[in-house]
Amino acid sequence: MAEGLTLDDLRIARGEDELLRLDAHVAPGEVLTVMGPSGSGKSTLLAAVIGTLAPAFSLEGRVWLDGRDITALPPEARRVGILFQDELLFPHLSVGGNLAFGLARSVRGRAARRARVAEALQEVGLAGFEARDPATLSGGQKARVALMRMLLSEPQALLLDEPFSRLDADRRDRVREMVFARARERALPVLMVTHDAEDARAAGGRVVTLD
Amino acid sequence: MPAPGAGLLRRAPLLTLLVMLGPVAAGLAGTLLPAFGIMPATGEAMPGLDQFRALAEWPGLARSAALSLGTGLGATALALAITVLICAGWHGTRAFRVLERGLSPLLSVPHAAAAFGLAFLIAPSGWIARALAPLAGWERPPDVLILQDPLGLSLIAGLVVKEVPFLLLMTLAALPLLRPGQSLATAQALGYGRVSGWLTVVLPRLYPQIRLPVYAVLAFSLSVVDVAMILGPNTPPPLAVQVLRWMSDPDIALRSRAAAAAVLQLGLALAALGLWRLGEIGVAWLGRRWIEAGSRGHGEGVLRAAGLTLGALSGAAVVLGLCALAVWSVAGFWGFPDMLPQALSGRTWMRHGMALSDPLADTAVIALAATAVALALTLACLEAEHRFGLHPSARALWLLYLPLIVPQIAFLPGLQTLAILGGLDGNRPAVIAAHVVFVLPYVFLSLADPWRAWDTRHGAVARALGAGPSGVFWRVRLPMLLRPVLTAAAVGCAVSVGQFLPTLLVGGGRVQTLTTEAVALASGGDRRVIGATALAQTAAAFLPFAVALAVPALAWRNRRGLRHG
Repeated sequence: MAEGLTLDDLRIARGEDELLRLDAHVAPGEVLTVMGPSGSGKSTLLAAVIGTLAPAFSLEGRVWLDGRDITALPPEARRVGILFQDELLFPHLSVGGNLAFGLARSVRGRAARRARVAEALQEVGLAGFEARDPATLSGGQKARVALMRMLLSEPQALLLDEPFSRLDADRRDRVREMVFARARERALPVLMVTHDAEDARAAGGRVVTLD
Repeated sequence: MPAPGAGLLRRAPLLTLLVMLGPVAAGLAGTLLPAFGIMPATGEAMPGLDQFRALAEWPGLARSAALSLGTGLGATALALAITVLICAGWHGTRAFRVLERGLSPLLSVPHAAAAFGLAFLIAPSGWIARALAPLAGWERPPDVLILQDPLGLSLIAGLVVKEVPFLLLMTLAALPLLRPGQSLATAQALGYGRVSGWLTVVLPRLYPQIRLPVYAVLAFSLSVVDVAMILGPNTPPPLAVQVLRWMSDPDIALRSRAAAAAVLQLGLALAALGLWRLGEIGVAWLGRRWIEAGSRGHGEGVLRAAGLTLGALSGAAVVLGLCALAVWSVAGFWGFPDMLPQALSGRTWMRHGMALSDPLADTAVIALAATAVALALTLACLEAEHRFGLHPSARALWLLYLPLIVPQIAFLPGLQTLAILGGLDGNRPAVIAAHVVFVLPYVFLSLADPWRAWDTRHGAVARALGAGPSGVFWRVRLPMLLRPVLTAAAVGCAVSVGQFLPTLLVGGGRVQTLTTEAVALASGGDRRVIGATALAQTAAAFLPFAVALAVPALAWRNRRGLRHG
């Protein structure tokens, strides 16, 4: 199997009703945009790829990531990162705590982990924000923390669930650019679902439309 | 791959039902058998209706049963009417929000303490008579039978002041889903007043949501023992109290008659529920005709005023009652008709404070252990529901309410018989297990909604970041839901602290808590000791709520996102 994310003849059904069918390959550094009206199963598709599909749904076909069959793996073993429309920072942890939650286990030792978190904050212009309460951040700052938290877990693919729709127009462009740049830089295959045509244009990749 | 322990977690709902309903079923069996002449204790078996014949010969039977039915139905109807009037007239107003805030503390006041407090207010020598004395020219307490009146009116009052907060809380939990604001605005635009609009468009949808709590109130009110021992008539008492008297009689033979009376009590509860159901159908029919007639209602103002007055009165009765307990507990000489004692003294507390320390310790141990078990089972059930995508049916909710609807006095005597057979009576773990039966439904009902309302995307994010299912549970969901978890635990503790019958019967009279101590004082009438004991009991029920407020406030003092969670 090739490098990247492959959705191999994926079919999701709820009982007898087929919800969606998709067969696609996303190469490293490429963005595949899936568009469709609400209710077309976009979020269900992402749940299937990260492995949190509700038991009421059934899944056929396989999901491959860099040559590994991850279809039956639990979410924590898949190495697929996800960003939702809301940042979903854990409200009980500080900004630093959120990043440390994401930071891969392979970074060992308190000092090394702290340094890695500080570095990540610096990278997105939030140096010194470790002790802050995430609820006190602005929308753009939260989005940056959520992005770095996800990247620190060293994912091999990135899923985006309408991640920019909550931001105002000005911030949306900047955050979008930052996310796509990081994904390209790390050569991550990106699967994005959205109903915003502007997101699809900015991503610059292929577009699949569900109905 | 299933995580280790997944099998156990999957079986959590079944285990929970077993822990909760097992004792109910066993207790019912242990009551039914002796009632029909089969004695598990001696192995004698003379199946027949002899015990019921003996029961029928007891001269107080008709009056006793009528008292139970009358006070039960009366208290439930009154409490429901007050709850509905308050909501219909005031939901969404500032007065309502004030009431709402006072609700949980009122709810946590143990029934026995509230009953003693009420007694201290309405007795001929109570605060109300003292306040009226200068006007009426009384120099000594008026000679009227208010407390333990033969019709059970003070018993009904004692039940109503405790059931209104419960029904209000259940209503408040059900209301938001019904979007009452929208419906009411529509009705008001069609020319209906606030009260008639609420009764026609909100109540018909609300009632099915609070039906089970109403049934629980009905079954509780007509079989209550501790409140009835304090406020109810004595000769004869309501049937449930009589069952307890026979159970505790040194003459062992009376136990079989107690069992027969307990079976009758169960029948009374079923009959009352049936009557209530018929009443529901009748009221619904009348209501539909009223709605079809398009009547815009009259006397809106009167109904609103009545709702607010009755609601405030029932709240005030509990609060002032607690004040009366507090004052009596530190009273020196206090003559009639003085509003306050001539001198305050710490003598009662010094003399009896030490005597309260043992029951206090037992109360705490039993409440904490029963709550811990109930909380663990509840969390396991909710987590199993989440992980395995289980959908609890409407029947599951019925099962949850079952221990609250089957009268305690109908199955606890049987449980005591079984405990004695197994050599477990008077054993603290057995008492704890009996408490779990009643603590569990409340803990579950309190925690289920906030637990299910948690945004599961937090879980999806945490999993994608590499946390396993138990990591999500311990590191994300539990800390985020700390406040509702602690609140549920506080509710559980308050329920356990307030339990009288399970402690007395399963404990075989050898396990003493603040509640059994307080109720035992009812016949004595030393007001200072009653005041101190009932106050200590109330404090024991309150303390966990204070902890449940303080811990999240401290732990999350720098976490704005959790301040109102």
